Amino acid sequence: MLDSKIPSGPLAQKWTDYKGHVKLVNPANKRKLEVIVVGTGLAGASAAASLGELGYKVKAFCFQDSPRRAHSIAAQGGINAAKNYQNDGDSVFRLFYDTVKGGDYRAREANVHRLAEVSVNIIDQCVAQGVPFARDYGGLLNNRSFGGTQVQRTFYAAGQTGQQLLIGAYQAMERQVALGNVQQFTRHEMLDVVIIDGKARGIICRNLVTGELERHFGHAVLLCTGGYGNVFYLSTNAMGSNVTAAWKAHKKGAFFGNPCFTQIHPTCIPVSGDHQSKLTLMSESLRNDGRIWVPKQKGDKRKPNDIPEEERDYYLERRYPAFGNLVPRDVASRAAKERCDAGYGVGTTGQAVYLDFKYNLINKYGKAEANKQGIQNPDLDTLIRLGKEVVKEEYGNLFDMYEKITGENPYEVPMRIYPAVHYTMGGLWVDYELMTTVKGLYALGEANFSDHGANRLGASALMQGLADGYFVIPYTIGNYLADDIATKPIPTDHPAFVAAEKEVADRISTLMNVKGKQTVESFHKRLGKIMWEKCGMARNENGLKEAITEIRELKKEFWSDVRIPGSVNEMNPELDKAGRVADFIELGELMCLDALNRNESCGGHFREESQTEEGEALRNDAGFSYVAAWEFKAEHDWNLHKEELSFEVAKPTQRSYK
Amino acid sequence: MEHYTMNLTLKVWRQQNGNTPGRFETYQVKNISSEMSFLEMIDVLNEEMIREGKDPIAFDHDCREGICGMCSMYIDGRPHGPWQQNTVCQLHMRAYKDGDTIVIEPWRANAFPVIKDLMVDRSSFDRIIQAGGFISVNTGSPVDANAIPVEKNMADAAFAAAACIGCGACVAACKNSSAMLFLSAKVTHLALLPQGHPERRTRAMNMVAQMDKEGFGACTNTGACEAVCPKGISIENIARLNREYLMAGLTSE
Ligand SMILES: Cc1cc2nc3c(=O)[nH]c(=O)nc-3n(C[C@H](O)[C@H](O)[C@H](O)COP(=O)(O)OP(=O)(O)OC[C@H]3O[C@@H](n4cnc5c(N)ncnc54)[C@H](O)[C@@H]3O)c2cc1C
Ligand code: SF4
Ligand code: FES
Repeated sequence: MLDSKIPSGPLAQKWTDYKGHVKLVNPANKRKLEVIVVGTGLAGASAAASLGELGYKVKAFCFQDSPRRAHSIAAQGGINAAKNYQNDGDSVFRLFYDTVKGGDYRAREANVHRLAEVSVNIIDQCVAQGVPFARDYGGLLNNRSFGGTQVQRTFYAAGQTGQQLLIGAYQAMERQVALGNVQQFTRHEMLDVVIIDGKARGIICRNLVTGELERHFGHAVLLCTGGYGNVFYLSTNAMGSNVTAAWKAHKKGAFFGNPCFTQIHPTCIPVSGDHQSKLTLMSESLRNDGRIWVPKQKGDKRKPNDIPEEERDYYLERRYPAFGNLVPRDVASRAAKERCDAGYGVGTTGQAVYLDFKYNLINKYGKAEANKQGIQNPDLDTLIRLGKEVVKEEYGNLFDMYEKITGENPYEVPMRIYPAVHYTMGGLWVDYELMTTVKGLYALGEANFSDHGANRLGASALMQGLADGYFVIPYTIGNYLADDIATKPIPTDHPAFVAAEKEVADRISTLMNVKGKQTVESFHKRLGKIMWEKCGMARNENGLKEAITEIRELKKEFWSDVRIPGSVNEMNPELDKAGRVADFIELGELMCLDALNRNESCGGHFREESQTEEGEALRNDAGFSYVAAWEFKAEHDWNLHKEELSFEVAKPTQRSYK
Repeated sequence: MEHYTMNLTLKVWRQQNGNTPGRFETYQVKNISSEMSFLEMIDVLNEEMIREGKDPIAFDHDCREGICGMCSMYIDGRPHGPWQQNTVCQLHMRAYKDGDTIVIEPWRANAFPVIKDLMVDRSSFDRIIQAGGFISVNTGSPVDANAIPVEKNMADAAFAAAACIGCGACVAACKNSSAMLFLSAKVTHLALLPQGHPERRTRAMNMVAQMDKEGFGACTNTGACEAVCPKGISIENIARLNREYLMAGLTSE
């Protein structure tokens, strides 16, 4: 039976009560307890720093050459918090409500409320660490809007918010390294969890520089290893982002929650050709000031600036007048796909829509600046010049990035954008304490499934990663470790360590010995194509069944024909990639199975069989108001466990952004 | 943008590991689209080499968005290649034309030993941060974020310095292999904010001491670092660092 361990009592009191009654570990005992943290993104770095400060002995691992390079660094637009600094009616309750609704009523109320509560502490913590958030002229913090909300609660640092937050967490962690509380292992990849007497007690990892396998003991193991969007090959994730750590845990007993819940982000730079290795996001914050449109006339080949105002279809503003360009991501992505499928798409491939800044550049920023500077009756050129300066300050790095990739200047010509895979709401199933179904094994950040339901609102992943690491795990882990203070470190020559290492070594040598003809990359591309076409923005029963068959065939082919150059005992990026792609292939099958099982549409999961007359996602609360937690049994064989969701405060309704 | 394709000659530094000497190898790449990124061009070459049974070129990269600081190639004598304020992952092939020859090397500095081919070990940067690149505050309940207003100019300047991605191009460009631009960016970021004031004295001293220990050279103000920095970190930060350092020296007991 799945026990989510949600504390009793009224929603708003649960976390306070929990903290008041949780078991504690005294300082002397903390020093005897070792914690392994895999991953140093926002979730991992904040957890490692905070646990180190508390006195635990922490070992932190990442596969990049420095903890500061974790994929969190690339987050652009901002981080939410219910500070209500704008006095526009925000509150903890509203952030909670928006998040549950934005997630299309497939998240756990208690977790989301806790997230909203601690959001305010995160901003205080980050400012104290020296995170240079944007400020107004009075020296106070600035906010911007993100999709799915009607208040301004997003804190930001230009288009580099993730970078600044991660550097804050990284510096806090490096301070603990200097103090000897945290030991850091870079260019190390975790390849298995070690379980002794039903408890996670360590990991096996590979030193990526020497190729050696290493055994590490921990009283508890935290997986903070990020999301698995790269199962689609093309995504906005960093090249190395992968599912391997979570997948190994899954195969050792950790259930996987809602694997098919994928976020497709509406505003990314479109694919330009077969050589494409990744896709680049243009932050959602751009929808504050950019208006999305396509020509009213099918196949209109005119240049965007030559198409007059009355011949443009601002389809989001037309369909969703209340939220306009700021509808949630799943809604905006489907609307873009609908227009392109109907033949209104732009650009050489017809798979793009315009994101246009001209209107706000002139009317919002240009005019405001002119007023500020006391310029009477400014002409158009002056307005454009003034507006550009403001836009540059807000989004300069994003505009530069766009120009470097496309060779076009977005201050002059509208951006061309198209949806792309961006984030995975699914992940390892965890209870209220962030523990997986394996005792002592935790999952934090994007690696868990917990807070975003079927669709994540913008600026909420950074919030969740830091909430988990700074403010949740330091309490919940004590509740577990308090019973473990008598456990001495287990020597790594214990048979369980030996067996786990052998399993890893065998798998690596099997991979190396296939000596086939096809490259790892070519398999990854083929998997991505199956996933995008059949388990992407729109899914249906036939497609998913086909996908499962195709993925099983691909798996066979991979294990009989993959070619990995080089040897095991050296730096070998192709070998690293092969292990990750092998896991992605298995995950792909489970995602399709989950999507097939969930015969309803909700959030980012759109089953063509289940839609309203207007083409909106149609939930089926009677049948599917549960978290699908999958237990691995054997190859191609999973057991479904259901965690029923009950909504006591945010009562499910058909989501409407009209 | 007009697209075109090109054939190129690449001269690439190959080195099995830190203990074996390296050498240049020459490769021909064909039908490269001007829309590809530079790293995608290397991907194409690597795929071809794997199919031919050769060892592909090892290089560092992750975000491919110019923000993680992982990519590091010295291209035709310039870190990150020909474009201004750019990382190599954001360099696109329209910078080149048919028939060009491109020379690609790793960062070269004693404090950045080569791991393989174009990959180097930059852990010395982490150790410089460990020496003092932080504000000593534990997770807990600091004061409300708006309790201490920060002048917008100061916050903006701190942000500009904090934009450093820790790539090491500044070191690679410097004839002395000095890490002063990297270090000064961090000292400036923290010194400009009120939260960073209490540790100003020790921070600069400790970080500079660690830099020397790691084997980076001294700064002779040639400005080569600023010219190649992908994030436009200004050399004025070095002047500020020197002032902080001097002040620390004068006031330390
Ligand atoms: C381009 C982009 C922009 C975004 N912008 C925003 C935004 O504006 N606001 C927002 O809220 N969210 C945003 N997001 C989402 C957000 O950035 C991520 O969800 C979040 O940063 C994930 O953090 P994390 O700590 O869970 O994992 P990550 O930052 O992905 O870190 C994963 C860590 O795990 C390590 N790791 C992984 N596997 C292994 C292994 N097997 N062994 C050892 N180490 C391993 C990695 O080395 C890394 O350190 C954005 C995402 C993208 C792609
Ligand atoms: S100062 Fe510039 S060149 Fe040096 S590490 Fe930072 S970003 Fe790279
Ligand atoms: S790969 Fe991240 S900065 Fe180039």
